[in-house]
Order: sequence, then C-alpha cells, then structure tokens
Amino acid sequence: MKLHLTRRYSFAAAHRLHSPQLSDVENRRVYGKCDNPFGHGHNYALEVTVSGPVDPATGMIANLAQLDAFVHREVIEVFDHKNLNEEIPAFRAAVPTTENLCREIFSRLRPFPSARLERVRIEETGLNSFEYAGEDLGS
Amino acid sequence: MIYLTRKIEFSASHYYHNPAWSEEENRRVFGKCANLNSHGHNYVLEVTVGGTPDPVTGMVLDLKELKEILEREIMERMDHRHLNREVPELKGKVPTTENLAATIWDLLQPKITRGRLHRIRLYETPDLFVDCYGDGR
Repeated sequence: MKLHLTRRYSFAAAHRLHSPQLSDVENRRVYGKCDNPFGHGHNYALEVTVSGPVDPATGMIANLAQLDAFVHREVIEVFDHKNLNEEIPAFRAAVPTTENLCREIFSRLRPFPSARLERVRIEETGLNSFEYAGEDLGS
Repeated sequence: MIYLTRKIEFSASHYYHNPAWSEEENRRVFGKCANLNSHGHNYVLEVTVGGTPDPVTGMVLDLKELKEILEREIMERMDHRHLNREVPELKGKVPTTENLAATIWDLLQPKITRGRLHRIRLYETPDLFVDCYGDGR
C-alpha cells in the first residue's frame, strides 16, 4: 500500500505573459490578453503532495505544522501578493506561465526534509490546472 | 481499463494522543488535535475501482453493490462515531488521515471482488487529503 498526503494552499499574484524572444505582434498573437503590458493577476491554488513511511508514533507521513511552515516560508511568503515577473528572479528569464510556475515551486519544495515531494498541482483559475512531478532521471 | 469513482461523506470525532508520551510532548507534536475532549470532521471519501466493463451490462461493477459495501463497511462503522473509542480497527493507532485511509483501504480491498480497488482518496478537510494505492499500482 502506498500513501500520498496532499495539502492545499492559496496565494494571489500578478503576472504578464510576454517572451523577449518574440516580436510584439507575435506576443500578442500567442498570449492574447495575457500579454497586457500592465499585467493581471490570479488567485492561485497550490496542492503539495508528499509521500513516505507513516511514523508509528505519530501516525503521520509528515508533521503538518512542519509542512505548512516550510511551504509558507519557501512559497507563500515569496509569491503571495507579488508580481511574478518583477519579484521572482526565475521569471526574469522565463515566462511566468503556470507550467513554469509548477517547475519553480517544485524546485523550491524539493528539499523538504521530512518526506518525499511527489507532485505539485496548481490551479491558475477554477477552470485550468497544471501538475508537475519532477523529471524522471532514471536510476 | 475504466475507473469508476463513488463518493461518500461521513462525520466523526477523534483526538491525537500517543500514550507513550507526556502531555507536553503530545501537545508539542499534535497541537490542538491533542485536546482529549475531541473534535470532529466531515470526511469525504472517494473510492475508485478499475476494471473492464462487462460486455452484457456495460458496467465495471454494479454501483448498487458498491454503495452497499460502503454503507456496511464504512458508514455503519464510522459515521457519527468516535474514531478512537468506537472503531476497533483503529485501536492502538493515532487516527490521523493517513492511518484512517490505510484502515479504510484494508476494509474495502477484500470486499471489492468485481474490478479492482485502484485508489481511495480521503479528505479530512477540503485542504487536506490522503490518497491510498495498492502495491501493484
């Protein structure tokens, strides 16, 4: 039997989808209204899934208070009520699509010491969501 | 393979306590969940069965049958019950979402004879859930 524990968080942030590798016309064509130079924002929902053996003393894969503190420090405090393009160094080069946001958040949460990070899932709106489980590097 | 999911809701009370530890240690590890007067949740359980639809009925398994299994094995045991005091399968275990999900898996797995129990997802709150898969996942 394999157990996965998932915790859900939320944060609100602004962004603009615009690639410096594309012309203004192409940016407009590819990203549509998401290319608005003034930016726009979302209420993101973040699901963090971890796995590992259940400690017989606590009945837990990971202490939730510890997981919450880690996710708050590494992600929520960094991203909540921020402008992703301006304030997150990774998005100076990469376009802050939810795909890239998944990768960035996964790499920030990967070092969680008490359990294995299985997956992050982000809802950009209630109508679209993205999941990332890391790259399979083989054995 | 087709996966079919049925959802049920039950309400139950519990507390977290390890008798091998002092009250201070219990309080430090489990926080407000260590309150021995108990608290409760509305649990939501999603049960997913995988299988090939029967060519005659077009069903992986009869939903009525699954409903009855869930009623008998889960609702009667756990709905409006105290998990620490009234559910023998959890005796000696801290009734965390992890242990409750594993217990539910062990109760349901042998009862699902048509199709194969693929996953259970147990929500303790909308912001916390545990998925349980079999080894052959």
